[in-house]
Amino acid sequence: MVRASEQQPNTTIQMPFITKTSAITTTPTILRVHSVESFGTHDGPGIRMVIFLQGCKLKCIYCHNPDTIAMDGGMECDIEQLVAMAVKMKPYFGKKGGVTVSGGEPLLQAKALLSFFKRLKEEGIHTNLDTNGRILNHFTKELLDDYTDLVMLDIKHMTEAGYQEITGRRNKETTFSIARYREASGKKMWLRYVLIPGITDDPKLLHALGAYFKEYKTIERLELQPYHQLGVHKWEALGWEYPLKNARENTQEELQTAVTILKKYFKEVTLN
Amino acid sequence: MVKDQIKEGVWTKEVNVRDFVLNNIRPYYGTADFLVGPSTKTKKLWEICKQAMQIERENNGVLAVDTETISSISAFDAGYIDKENEVIVGLQTDELLKRTMKPFGGFKVVQKALQEQGLAPNTKLTELFSKHVKTHNDGVFSAYTPEIKKYRSLGILTGLPDNYARGRLIGDYRRVALYGISFLIESKLKDLEQLQGPMTDKVIRLREEVSDQIRALKEMIALGVTYDLDLKRPAHNAREAVQWTYMAYLAAVKEQDGAAMSLGNVSSFLDIFIERDIEQGTLTEVEAQELIDQFVMKLRVVRHSRMAAYDEIFAGDPTWVTEAIGGMLNDGRSKVTRTSFRFLHTLYNLGPSPEPNLTILWSESLPENFKAFCAKVAIATSSLQFENDDLMRTLRGSDDYGIACCVSHQDLGKSIQFFGARTNLVKTLLLALNEGRCEITGKKVIDSIPALEEGYLDFDRVMANYKIASKAIARVYNDTMNIIHYMHDKYYYEKAQMALIDTNPGIDIAYGVAGLSILADSLSAIKHAKVLPIRNEVGLTVDFRIEGDFPKYGNDDDRVDKLAAQAVADFNHELQQLPAYKDARPTLSVLTITSNVVYGKKTGATPDGRAMGVPFAPGANPMHGRDSNGAIASLNSVAKINYKDALDGISNTFSIVPKSLGANEADRIENLVTILDGYFSRNAQHVNVNVLNKETLIDAMEHPEEYPQLTIRVSGYAVNFTKLTREQQQEVITRSFHESL
Repeated sequence: MVRASEQQPNTTIQMPFITKTSAITTTPTILRVHSVESFGTHDGPGIRMVIFLQGCKLKCIYCHNPDTIAMDGGMECDIEQLVAMAVKMKPYFGKKGGVTVSGGEPLLQAKALLSFFKRLKEEGIHTNLDTNGRILNHFTKELLDDYTDLVMLDIKHMTEAGYQEITGRRNKETTFSIARYREASGKKMWLRYVLIPGITDDPKLLHALGAYFKEYKTIERLELQPYHQLGVHKWEALGWEYPLKNARENTQEELQTAVTILKKYFKEVTLN
Repeated sequence: MVKDQIKEGVWTKEVNVRDFVLNNIRPYYGTADFLVGPSTKTKKLWEICKQAMQIERENNGVLAVDTETISSISAFDAGYIDKENEVIVGLQTDELLKRTMKPFGGFKVVQKALQEQGLAPNTKLTELFSKHVKTHNDGVFSAYTPEIKKYRSLGILTGLPDNYARGRLIGDYRRVALYGISFLIESKLKDLEQLQGPMTDKVIRLREEVSDQIRALKEMIALGVTYDLDLKRPAHNAREAVQWTYMAYLAAVKEQDGAAMSLGNVSSFLDIFIERDIEQGTLTEVEAQELIDQFVMKLRVVRHSRMAAYDEIFAGDPTWVTEAIGGMLNDGRSKVTRTSFRFLHTLYNLGPSPEPNLTILWSESLPENFKAFCAKVAIATSSLQFENDDLMRTLRGSDDYGIACCVSHQDLGKSIQFFGARTNLVKTLLLALNEGRCEITGKKVIDSIPALEEGYLDFDRVMANYKIASKAIARVYNDTMNIIHYMHDKYYYEKAQMALIDTNPGIDIAYGVAGLSILADSLSAIKHAKVLPIRNEVGLTVDFRIEGDFPKYGNDDDRVDKLAAQAVADFNHELQQLPAYKDARPTLSVLTITSNVVYGKKTGATPDGRAMGVPFAPGANPMHGRDSNGAIASLNSVAKINYKDALDGISNTFSIVPKSLGANEADRIENLVTILDGYFSRNAQHVNVNVLNKETLIDAMEHPEEYPQLTIRVSGYAVNFTKLTREQQQEVITRSFHESL
């Protein structure tokens, strides 16, 4: 998932376990990773190891981590090595923390994620999937049903036109079908929503968001993510033009207005 | 002390403060809600102190120096800040912040420090010390070999306490409060009686030392008299307990100006008196906090006269009044009391401060409310350091210990340590690459190191040479330390502190290393990438060409972290083979204080790509910018250095911006507690915690006057940021601030 959260992958990273060749087997052993942050405090509950996967089919206009978009970048990492790394960090996870897989869009590697999350659950580690919810297939379903303790689902926009404007892609409905699927399973979910002045912060849209999800029982929290331009330099580094050059950051007042509206619908609303 | 409601035990018959604490401590499990703000008297006093410190800052860091008197336990008349508002009295001199001459460490240093202030010692004293009186410094240099002098001048061994006092010893200052000095003198007299012939060197020396201690105890009584205090008898109530304890400490800092003059572990001892008085209705919470606030205030105004060059290794005019707070008893009870909270609360009542150096002895089993309060204070003030009580208590066997200087365990009243600064591990490696020659001057330091073949560095050959260099350095370092401590005992014996320690204490001789991360990364580069040395016309390495990538220390990667851990284990092993003065046990620290800057300055380019002159990372920290997998991976790398190989301590400084620690205060507190639990569960020993925005530091560099109390943790202690040199400030700012923004 490409998003505008606070967490930003490091640009230079060191992975002790890059594999030189990727064997194609029935049980995947490899994840394509952009980077790892061992101390994530903004991507799920508690202290988390955050693994940013490489590759995303969307190209959101505010993307904070555009260097995770390319499908052929990143490093191929052995799943067992990632598990070993998580196990070493387990003492820091405390009662709430664990591993978050973010991106990029993790569900593009759903099959490999299945192996990874399965192993994490064997080690007693809390799993969290940070996704834009673009893919719902039997791998996704198994992943969500059996191995994902928490889903953080990114809602881009409440209208199809808005969704297209932001992501460059059609069909926002898949995201909603993932939300419905998760709700039906009765397992925990957080929603994330990036608040861009003039694009996603219209009170009508916020009410629509609230109205759509207000009956959901599995949603513990809605995280509002204020818009900022901290990722712009990465667009420039990639030689891409940043589409939101003229956008501005939210005012405190706008943020509070949004929180007030959404609190009518969700039991917990946070500004991340 | 008065024995009503106090449980008796072994402590009533012999000097045994631990037994008193064990029998009478009241662990506290509640929250910080009971704490109160500063009293009116405290506020008035602190205002005067702050003004005096402001003038001190404006006056080149020194308010006044007495040039007439040799400071001693009983020298100077009583001094007050504002007598009517002082509930705890006593200053080092007759005037607030006035510094003194303590010439027995080295007279030239005293002269230099005064000269830098445009002053000179009294001419009679100058004559006396030039012609007739020998000092520690004179003694050491009369015994140093040419080889030692060479190691010293080339920066292989630096910061040695050979021209300043060694410090580090912690008197058990609680003894004066619990027993009164008369009882302590009787006890020492009994010890002296036991020391009978045959009169070997050892017995003679010890007899002389104990006699000196008794003399010091008598001087302490005289010091008390100056302030109308009868220190001969035990303290009768909480105020006296605090006052007596402080007087004992004051005696130590009037006599000695050791680099570090720790306080020990007094808070929960004092709590016993305070809680009893509160229960009996003779003391209120406001008065209890007032006692602690004013005690701490006194500790904050301790001063020593230092020359400017001293600042390179110990920046910011530190005194290391280290107080260890918390921890567990061997019987499973917590040592946290209400007075543990009251001590931490001084950082709110008086504002943040580097001194006293408040150190939390962290155990997984500490009361959760206390853990949360410590985290809250650390986040708000960046003035706390944390050490692993579970590790130290179980490995060292004592549950009544203090922290000597920065990070180092010391059994209170039962053991001491001989401080020995550090050697430069990076220089060791460069000697290995340059046939035993100094990479900068070309001077031959070690004879038996063969030249390396041309071309890429071969890991095994480099390691073989490194081992030779390391062995030679350990030998010379040991010789140096033996001379230093022999002479310090002879010319500048710590009679006040030793009077409050058992007569035949255990002794650790504390060696140290600097530059660990650079060594580990350099070895990793040689092993995992291809490194080609670039040599000048005489064959000295001036740069290195690195082909390919290599794992870097600080990313939880065993391929390099094991090299770091092994280097520490190996050097420690070398030291263990060598004969130590007074049969002391060799220990080792990975700690730099602020010397990582000056060490870096004096060290050539290294195989990890570090350019000549660039500062090292402090202590056991990974090199800034190289720990790219985030804070936990960085902590895990440091945790791999085995405390058993570095019993003097392994210092790590953790700096993080508030927002990265958590989205709000509650999350930050919870996350910091979790990090500390996690880090120490991996058997790490020490961590400094700074929670600050880099912008704050940059702004403080430009506008120091607006940040008079901005405190940050560096390697093993805290400093007032504005008292650092600009170079050191810049080094702190370029360090890894864990931020994922």
